[in-house]
Amino acid sequence: MAEAKGMNLSLKIWRQAGPQAPGSFLEHQAKGVTPDMSFLEMLDVVNEELIRSGKQPVEFDHDCREGICGACSMVINGNPHGPQQATTTCQLHMRHFKDGDAIVIEPFRARAFPIVKDLVVDRSAFDRIQGAGGYISANTGAAQDANAILVGKKESDRAFASATCIGCGACVAACKNASAALFVSAKLSHLALLPQGQVEREERVVNMVAQMDAERFGACTNTGACSASCPVEISLENIARMNRDYAKASLKRR
Amino acid sequence: MQGLGSSGKCGSCGWIGSSIGRKQLIGITGVGLSLFVLIHMLENMLILVGARPYNEYTHFLTSNPLIYLAEGGLLAIFLLHVIFALAISWTNCKARDSRYAVASNGPKGTSMVQRSLWAQGLLILVFLILHLISFKYGAEYSVDYGPGPIRDMHKLVVEVFHQPAYVVWYVVALIVLGFHLSHGVGSSFQTVGLHHPRYQKCIRALSVSYALIVALGFITEPLYVYFIHRG
Repeated sequence: MAEAKGMNLSLKIWRQAGPQAPGSFLEHQAKGVTPDMSFLEMLDVVNEELIRSGKQPVEFDHDCREGICGACSMVINGNPHGPQQATTTCQLHMRHFKDGDAIVIEPFRARAFPIVKDLVVDRSAFDRIQGAGGYISANTGAAQDANAILVGKKESDRAFASATCIGCGACVAACKNASAALFVSAKLSHLALLPQGQVEREERVVNMVAQMDAERFGACTNTGACSASCPVEISLENIARMNRDYAKASLKRR
Repeated sequence: MQGLGSSGKCGSCGWIGSSIGRKQLIGITGVGLSLFVLIHMLENMLILVGARPYNEYTHFLTSNPLIYLAEGGLLAIFLLHVIFALAISWTNCKARDSRYAVASNGPKGTSMVQRSLWAQGLLILVFLILHLISFKYGAEYSVDYGPGPIRDMHKLVVEVFHQPAYVVWYVVALIVLGFHLSHGVGSSFQTVGLHHPRYQKCIRALSVSYALIVALGFITEPLYVYFIHRG
């Protein structure tokens, strides 16, 4: 069987010992890779080989390996989460590569996402943006009867589509300006599209955008690379909503 | 839990200090400049009608006292667009401190046109300065159609556009302006918050056709003068 023999791939992986250490690409070989392996499982195999030979394994972030947590973060041949669209790195399978392929693997690069080690970056800037307003703090009292506040099916679907953002940071990685506009706008929109989010809608957009700028992400050029790289296909419509809300909130601010 | 209003992070910088506010200013001034180039291009088309209407229209524009107000406004819009675009390009450049070794060439990538907007802008700025030197502050020929001597702009234009190097440079610069508009016109809609799934294709088509019309219109003038209007 062809699968039993597997593919051999030559990998160029960004290796960096620590946040301040200089990084560089190192060549690694992945041997006996089967098409059913995920990209991360392929790296597991490489790491086992590195550990067996007494070398430092390649550090990379991962958690659920089901495409829902947003932990995996790497740029594969220039593509955040690899060449497939609507796919996280953990759900990217090696059947999309062929024997003898050379693959360049880099961390997400952005000043706001400093490299911790190898392919691991610190994405806590996203947590701080979320902490600046990505929640509802209005006192709503006891739980209401079901359907006391009517939400249309279409509106709830759109809010849910925005809420599917897993905060992986691929949008920042893909953007030529390392802009966080798609992430921030998704977090704003999933509240802005629901009645519960209306009370603090304007303060929220002002505060979260201020935190986004303070984290020194770039501005949005509307290239759409973020949405194309997003594993959950967050729409650019969210960014327009954020821009609109931000202008409105800025004009009305006292 | 703290209320949103008490975080205190927002008030200090304001709209114009924010990345979104700056982009909106660039977008709005960009729309103003786009309208200006369209009108300018249509005025240039008078070259196809003849020397007299071309010169009389130039005289009508430059002799109107409101021209100073219009020029001042245009200059202000232009400077705001350029200064804020350069400032934001610099911020964007600094937002990534290490470069990727490989650039995506698939759907996750960014086109060369979108990557080089700042360079296109600088080229257009250089073009504009040379353009003003060549024409607005160029040789002062005069012609008299009856009511008194007026500036013979047509003679100057014909003279300048008979230099092949100038024609090539003009055409290249206007193609670059076309690329700049093909991104900018559509992008300004998104930046001010106008996005709707039903109209996105229309906005994109508008952006590309606007750029094509403006660029081709402008390019018509030097090509017409160089190849057809030999007199």
